[in-house]
Amino acid sequence: MFRSNEGGYRPEVDRIADIWGSRTPHGRGTRWPVRVDQRLADGVEESDVDRWVQSACVLCSNGCGCDIAVRDGRIVGVRGRADDIVNRGRLGPKGLHGSWQAHGKDRLTTPLIRRDGELRETDWDTAMSAIVRRSQDLLADTGPLSHGFYTSGQLFLEEYYTLGVIGKAGIGTPHMDGNTRLCTATAAAALKESFGSDGQPACHADIDLCDALFLYGHNMAATQTVMWARVLDRLEGPGRPRLVVVDPRRTPTAEAADVHLAPLPGTNQALLNGLVREVVERGWFDREYVDRHTLGFEELKATVAPYTPERVAEICRVSPADLVRAAEIFGTSDRVLSTVLQGFYQSHQATAASCQVNNLHLLRGQIGRPGSGVLQMNGQPTAQNTRECGADGDLPGFRNWDNPEHVEELARLWNVDPLTIPHWAPPTHAMQIWRYAEQGSIRFLWISATNPAVSLPELARVREILRREDLFVVAQDAFRTETTELADVVLPAALWGEKQGTFTNLSRVVHLSEQAVEPPAGARSDLDIFLDYASRMGFRDRAGDPLIKWKDAEGAFDAWRECSRGRPCDYSELSYERLRGGSGIPWGGERLYADGVFPTAAEYCEDYGHDLLTGASTTPADYRARRPDGRAFLKAAEYTPAREQPDDEYPLLCTTGRSVYHFHTRTKTRRAPELQKAAPDPWVELSPADADELGLGEGDVVRVESRRGSVEVPVHIGRCRDGVAFLPFHYGFQAANELTATEWDPVSKQPLFKISAVRIRRV
Amino acid sequence: MHLATYLGLLQTSLRTLAGAFREVASGHGDEPDVRRTCEVLASRIDGQAEKLAPVVDRYGEHREAEPERLHAAEFEQTRTGGVGLLRDLQDLYALSSFTDITWTVVGQAAQGLRDQELIDVVNACEQDTARQLAWLKTRIKQGAPQALIAARD
Repeated sequence: MFRSNEGGYRPEVDRIADIWGSRTPHGRGTRWPVRVDQRLADGVEESDVDRWVQSACVLCSNGCGCDIAVRDGRIVGVRGRADDIVNRGRLGPKGLHGSWQAHGKDRLTTPLIRRDGELRETDWDTAMSAIVRRSQDLLADTGPLSHGFYTSGQLFLEEYYTLGVIGKAGIGTPHMDGNTRLCTATAAAALKESFGSDGQPACHADIDLCDALFLYGHNMAATQTVMWARVLDRLEGPGRPRLVVVDPRRTPTAEAADVHLAPLPGTNQALLNGLVREVVERGWFDREYVDRHTLGFEELKATVAPYTPERVAEICRVSPADLVRAAEIFGTSDRVLSTVLQGFYQSHQATAASCQVNNLHLLRGQIGRPGSGVLQMNGQPTAQNTRECGADGDLPGFRNWDNPEHVEELARLWNVDPLTIPHWAPPTHAMQIWRYAEQGSIRFLWISATNPAVSLPELARVREILRREDLFVVAQDAFRTETTELADVVLPAALWGEKQGTFTNLSRVVHLSEQAVEPPAGARSDLDIFLDYASRMGFRDRAGDPLIKWKDAEGAFDAWRECSRGRPCDYSELSYERLRGGSGIPWGGERLYADGVFPTAAEYCEDYGHDLLTGASTTPADYRARRPDGRAFLKAAEYTPAREQPDDEYPLLCTTGRSVYHFHTRTKTRRAPELQKAAPDPWVELSPADADELGLGEGDVVRVESRRGSVEVPVHIGRCRDGVAFLPFHYGFQAANELTATEWDPVSKQPLFKISAVRIRRV
Repeated sequence: MHLATYLGLLQTSLRTLAGAFREVASGHGDEPDVRRTCEVLASRIDGQAEKLAPVVDRYGEHREAEPERLHAAEFEQTRTGGVGLLRDLQDLYALSSFTDITWTVVGQAAQGLRDQELIDVVNACEQDTARQLAWLKTRIKQGAPQALIAARD
């Protein structure tokens, strides 16, 4: 299995200190050089490795191709795959250290069941029987609306699709969503609003080809370190692209920028309306492209007209000159690549602002061409599959819940009554699922591979919901977490490397992740758990045959290929065989929309769209009347002030975010000693001026308090703009989400983690 | 000419509607999307009333003409629970529909009078009224099955 590095080299550097590794600079349009990163357990040499097993990293949405090192049936390390188009051999600190070291530590190996208020060890049959009994009782008593499923951005495609079929055709509940609602819902929503369907337009190679790069609310240096290494290699090579970063913090990403815009949290829409206005007013748009390939130009132009640089500067507190300069870079560069992430997705007017990024590209026809395009980023590694397979609210295969023909297609495929498949309203989003549980109308909540007791906003409320007597909570995880401790049944699950499956990264690249080792005795793959539930529940199709007809991952993948056939995310040409060896393969080709034809035809689109201000659905009749027929939508919205505003009592705006050393709620990364040591505890970051005004010095312990709750953490003086505080969200103790509000974007329904009014006092 | 009477009716119904949206926003604070959207829509209705004000001044507002028959229903107190939310949204829908058709009536008169200022006001505001109705319908459709089938309050 061992293959040479094909000319790449393997630098021996401390990747905790040197996060992005050694530079391999290159010029525009030349191939990104290979650099193979590898990490083996202390004392293990390459020659000790029995097998290298193909996979891809699941510690961010980049999805770097890698091989898992196995010795004596245990995972002993990891190495980047030189021939993978995503990473060309590289891995980041989280991948190198965090992807494999947790496997042998603190694992759940036996199901737990709550008896007399305590979680006690039990066997699989007892645990599954308890789940099935409760499920059947509730179905008989109340029906499918009593059931909710809350999954993850961490499972494999095969597991999501299986869960999707169970929920939609087995139970028939609209209450299915995942943690992806917290991280990538706005990416999906913005793509649907502008282009008619989900699906990432651009690709990683566009970094190698662009003349200008715009990062909107995307601290790439911390969140996708290998992607950032690719950018650094362009920035340090000949023909450097110009870089514009929008972020209220002066992050390492922002420090590398030609223009750094630091708008006040909550004002992204004003900023973007200003950028769009400049591009329109200065005539930097492509009239022919706009006429042929878009709808809505006049309304967009009228909406952005009032957003002069001076007005935007006043709302956002940025320099008007910087705004004009950023617009000029956008308007005059031949090839522009934009990326968007949580600074937009988790903030006020999330979908509206993200759509403006799409608009900028549509106005200039900068989409689908080499070096030009949009990357509406994903947060979690397999979030794309949650969206594709129907394990979040959407119907599988980017089908439109409001299109009876699409529902009929699924009913035929699964051989069920179309009425079983919930499609009477938009599928229930995560925040509404939790609300129904809080009100007692959802009484069965199955949580898989995620830790909402740390990741959801307003944690005191989430804990109260999970503790409700009338809510039966199933939690499926590899470790005990803050969430499993509040569950009624806990199911021990296998981890990455202990099971087989595929997943799709932020640029649509599909990787096969092979099983490298056996799970610890007692743990089962999430797929096997779902299949067991389906079988015990006795879900049948109209012919009386089992609803779920597959028994393993490859069988699920093949069923999914059929489900996706003819849809924008068409996997029918992919197979496990094709995915073995070499690089991951993107569905839909390298880039989407090269021909300027978008999936907006009424009979094909995934969604009829929404009013960006309120989230009101566009009716099928209104949608058809616009005759989109392959043209993209230039969606407009005015800026409205956010509900949460600083005041005398809570004078600072707190934003939450990520550390480069941790992933999500640290279930894996805190079990990697190097990562844990690098960032063991939470902190709050303040600007020097704000710290000065509060009389605080580096390391002083303070209470950060919002109207919802508080944390006590040491001060770190640094990167925030004045008026803004920052908390990392990963930690289950002194958790940032004690402070955040239960509020969400009207279109994507993504919670607004980035805008909480707080006060800070020395403890 | 009864246009002045109708302008008065429209002005009153806008005030009633804005007040009703605010009432629902504060009464259903535990539904953050309802609270937020109702607040946004209420402030936009204030904007409609502002746009209409100069026209009302020009024609002279005649509230007293037919007080019994030409009057928008007042919004009562908000209800609680899933079904209560549904009913409150339905009341908003009824009030909003009343305003919607009143704009239509006024718009027809504006056409007949060739009153460009009023035509522009009606065009600008009708879209916004359509947005209210579309949001209410979306939210009602979303909440109805849970409230009617599974809710226990």
